Parts: sequence; structure tokens; C-alpha cells
Amino acid sequence: MRGRLVLAFALGLAAAPVAAAPARVASTNLCTDQLAMLMAAPGQLVSVSAVARDPVASAMAAEAARYPVNHGSAEELFLLAPDLVLAGASGPPATLDMLRRLGIPVETFPIETDLDDVRASFRRMGAALGREARAEALVAELDAALAAPPPPPPGQRPRAAILYANSWTSGAGTLADAILSAAGFDNVAAGMGIVGMGRLPLETLAEEAPDFLVLGQDYGSPALAQETLAHPIVAALGAERAAVADNLWVCGTPRLARAVAALRAARTEP
Amino acid sequence: MSRPRPALVFGVLAALAAALVVASLLVGPARLPPGESLAALLGGAPPAEALIMRELRLPRAALGLLIGAGLGLSGAALQGYLRNPLAEPGLVGVSGSAALGAVIALYSGLSAAFPLALPLMALGFGLGAALLVQGLAGAGSSSITLILAGLAVSSLASALTALALNLAPNPFAASEIVHWLLGSLVDRSLPQLWLAGPFLVAGMALLLTLGRSLDALTLGEDAAASLGVSLPGARIRVVLGVALATGAGVAVAGAIGFVGLVAPHLLRPLVGGRPSALLPASALGGAILLLAADVAVRLIAPERDLKLGVVTALVGAPLFLHLVWRSRRTLT
Repeated sequence: MRGRLVLAFALGLAAAPVAAAPARVASTNLCTDQLAMLMAAPGQLVSVSAVARDPVASAMAAEAARYPVNHGSAEELFLLAPDLVLAGASGPPATLDMLRRLGIPVETFPIETDLDDVRASFRRMGAALGREARAEALVAELDAALAAPPPPPPGQRPRAAILYANSWTSGAGTLADAILSAAGFDNVAAGMGIVGMGRLPLETLAEEAPDFLVLGQDYGSPALAQETLAHPIVAALGAERAAVADNLWVCGTPRLARAVAALRAARTEP
Repeated sequence: MSRPRPALVFGVLAALAAALVVASLLVGPARLPPGESLAALLGGAPPAEALIMRELRLPRAALGLLIGAGLGLSGAALQGYLRNPLAEPGLVGVSGSAALGAVIALYSGLSAAFPLALPLMALGFGLGAALLVQGLAGAGSSSITLILAGLAVSSLASALTALALNLAPNPFAASEIVHWLLGSLVDRSLPQLWLAGPFLVAGMALLLTLGRSLDALTLGEDAAASLGVSLPGARIRVVLGVALATGAGVAVAGAIGFVGLVAPHLLRPLVGGRPSALLPASALGGAILLLAADVAVRLIAPERDLKLGVVTALVGAPLFLHLVWRSRRTLT
């Protein structure tokens, strides 16, 4: 009787980590890549997406160099024999359906629209990887970093506009909007009624005459999309510039606190 | 049919072109009052308004005028020289090849180091295509030879353009294939106007000198030669003029099709069959078509970045079909 209990206990112990914590995790999305790299136990994460190594898009390009990369095709993911695939909510449905039919669990992560969503994503990733304690530590780290820079001085909040390549901008209900707000700015695009990602034509930008301008990053190789950012009217607007690396606020990771700090610094500079 | 009245036709065309330049200056996402915004072009306006008018709308309207005129004139010159009603810079592959040249100059980083490389590469490639098509289907050859030669050259050019953009290091490049194949004047700037403008004007000036030679050519090559027209000289002026007037426009706005086909066809009945009258009329007609298309894309779907070539093809392709239908007996 006692022996059986011990056996059951031992089996339970052996079985429990398999059910609770996957042993081979493959990530297919820039944002799940970064959260997984921050949280996974040693050896648990077997592959990240190729974009994770792109230093413009990824805040953890150097860390990503230590993992084999995938390009998100069902075939290469299946060959990795993962027991969990991490994907963005907008991941290619055909690929994700194929993986599920092959019996591989897929966990999708929604796009974060504010800082509470970011905390929820940390906890969701923690639960998916069986690393709940690590997730709570990251939430605490993010909250401490957000509280650490001096709070913005009282008074009118300066109006800031974000301009990415091809005249795209982040309106209300985006992580960038939440970050601007946390740094003490009013987002011009949100004030115009843009929700989510939207177009901010150069004419409208000139009409709005923002105090601050946050420009998308240049990829270092030419494209028409980036010519918008170099149009003479952008310089002629005379708005102050606040530089934020794209990779700090593309994804909800603890590093977005650095974007908030950079924006606060630009705001308080004389 | 009533006798053509060129003076009246030119007056109406010039007035239409001028009205469309003004319309182009007045249409945009910023809702500026018309009177004030035109005054802002000359100075003494609030800074935002003056910036919008001078840095965005002025170069866009000026480029629409010049590029449209260049395309219309190129179409009329090609039709007159090749004595073929289906000749047009887009259909003979000059526009597509110029786009390939511009793409290579821009995405390789060459034009960042040396800005003139952009128009020069575009017109160099356009010149190459014009010579190639001219070699494959010279003056007086059948329509079918010309169309097939143009199809071959422009298919190759657009395939290579797509290939170059797919292989370009910048992640945005692949989505810009559509810009180069269909053309757009969104967010053009004054530096781009200064870059392309001189080439466009030079090409048009060259093409406008062709009137007498093309008039003589309507009588046939032997008759033209006996009238003292140098055929090799005319050929050099046509090829160089078309490369300049089309290539420089493509370099800053992408390849916009059918303008050079539509403008001469609509105006030929109005000014009579003489190329010397059709050349300047087609320049005005091309400008009118392109400016109207550029106003239309801003009114129809201002947020969607509708391409100019979509609008010009919607007008031009049915006309092209009509021409093929009408000349199908001579095509074989």
C-alpha cells in the first residue's frame, strides 16, 4: 500500500512536468520570441523566428543568435518536434491549423494594446512555459522600471506625433500610444481619432504641427517607404525630435520601459 | 466632318490644363480654403499652410503637368515616327525599362551617393528599350511585330524590376513593386522636381522639333527623304527625346501607362492628321489626363494610396482594345 503510494507519487511527479511544462518550445513571432527568451528554462526553447535576429525589429537580436531560427513554415516547425508552438494571434491560420492537425499544441498571443495587456502577456507566457514565478518577476521588473524615471513635470502635456515609414502612425489603442502617454505626451494621431494603426499623410502632419516628432527607424538600406521620413517638409516643421529605437516598442517586453525613459528624457531636456 | 480648328482646340486644351493644375493644388487631405491656399503659394501665410502648398502640392502639380506632357508627347512622336497607331512609351517597353533602371539606382544605394544616378539610369534603360524595340520592329513594320516586341521588352523589364525589389535588402522594397509598375505622385518633393524637371523639359523640346520631319514621313520614307528630311537624324531625336521625356518622369513617379496612347488618339480628329499639330496638342492632352487621374486618386480613395496607372489603364485599356478591334484586319 505504502509502496503503491510512493509509486503513484513518483509517476505523478514524472508526469506532472510533461503536462505542465513543455520541454521543446518553438516560437514563430517576434514578440513571443522575446518573451520566451526572457522566461524559458535552459534548453526549453528550441527555435525562434528569423526576425528575432534582425537588430532593427528585435530588441534581443544578440540573444536570438544563440537559438536556431525558423521561418514559420509548418514543415520546418514539424521537423523540430516541438511539444508547444508559440505564435502571434495574427499568425498564418493555414500553418497553425496544419500544426494542430499534426497534434502539436499551439498557443497564440494577442497584440497588446496597453500596459495591462503587456502584464497579461507576461503571465500568459509564464503559464504556457510553466514558468509562472519568472513571469511575476518580469512584471515586477517592468513596474519598477516604469516607476523609476522621475514622473513627468506637471503642466500641459506636449503633443507628439509618431511617423513610421509609408506615413503609418500608431493611434489610440496601441502599445505605442500607451508608451507615449506613460511618458507624458498626448498622441496627435489618437487626438485625430485614429484607432489602431493608421495613415498620417504629410499634409495632415503639417496641419497638426506637433511639438514633438517620433520618427520610425531607418533600415540603413534605401526604399521609397522611408523617403516619407526624409521629405523636406518633415524637417521644415521644426518639431523637436524624440528618438526611440523601433525595437523597444514593437513588442510588449520589459524593454519598453527604455522607450518610456527615452521619451521622458526628450521631454524634460531644455 | 467639319474642318479642324487648331487655334480653338489649343485654347481649350491650355485652359483645361491650367484648370487642372489649380485643381491639383487645391485637393488634399488638409482642408485648406481655396483662396488662402493659393495665396499661400506666394507667401504671407501661416507656416503650416505655406509648407503644405510649397513643399507638397506645388511639386505634385508641377510633376503631374510635366510627366503627363512628356508621356503624351512621347506617344505622339512614337506613333508619328513608327507610323503605327499602337505605339506608346508603356506598350513599347520604354516606361517599364526606365522603371528597372530607376529601381537599380535607388535600391542599390547608388542614387543616395549620387542623386543624378536616378534619372540617368532610368533614361539610360529607357533608351536601351527604345533602341531594342526600334531594332526589332522599326518604322513601318506591322503592328503585330511592334506589339510583340514591346510586350517582350516590357515583360522582361517588369519581371526584372520585381526580382530586384524582392532581392533588395530593405523589407519595404517588395511592397514597392506596385509603385514602380503603376506609378504614383504621393509625397513628391521639390528636390525631385528639380531632379527630373530639366530632363523632362529637354526631352519635350527635342520631340517638339520633330514636327516637320514627321509631317514629311506621313508621305512615306522616300518622299520624306526627297523633301530633305534626314531619317537617321529623326530616329536619333525620337529615341533620345522619348527616353528623356519618359525616363525622367518614371524615375520620380514610376511607370504610368496608356497616357501616351490615349492623348494622341483623342486629339487626332480635332487637330487633323498632321504630326506637327498633334505633337503640342498631345503634350497638353497628356498633362490633362495625368493631372485629372492624380486629382481622381485623391478624391476617390484618399487614404488608400490608389496608383495612377490604375486610373489611366481604366481609361486607356478599353481604348487599346477598341484600336486592336478596329485594326484587326491589318494585324495579321
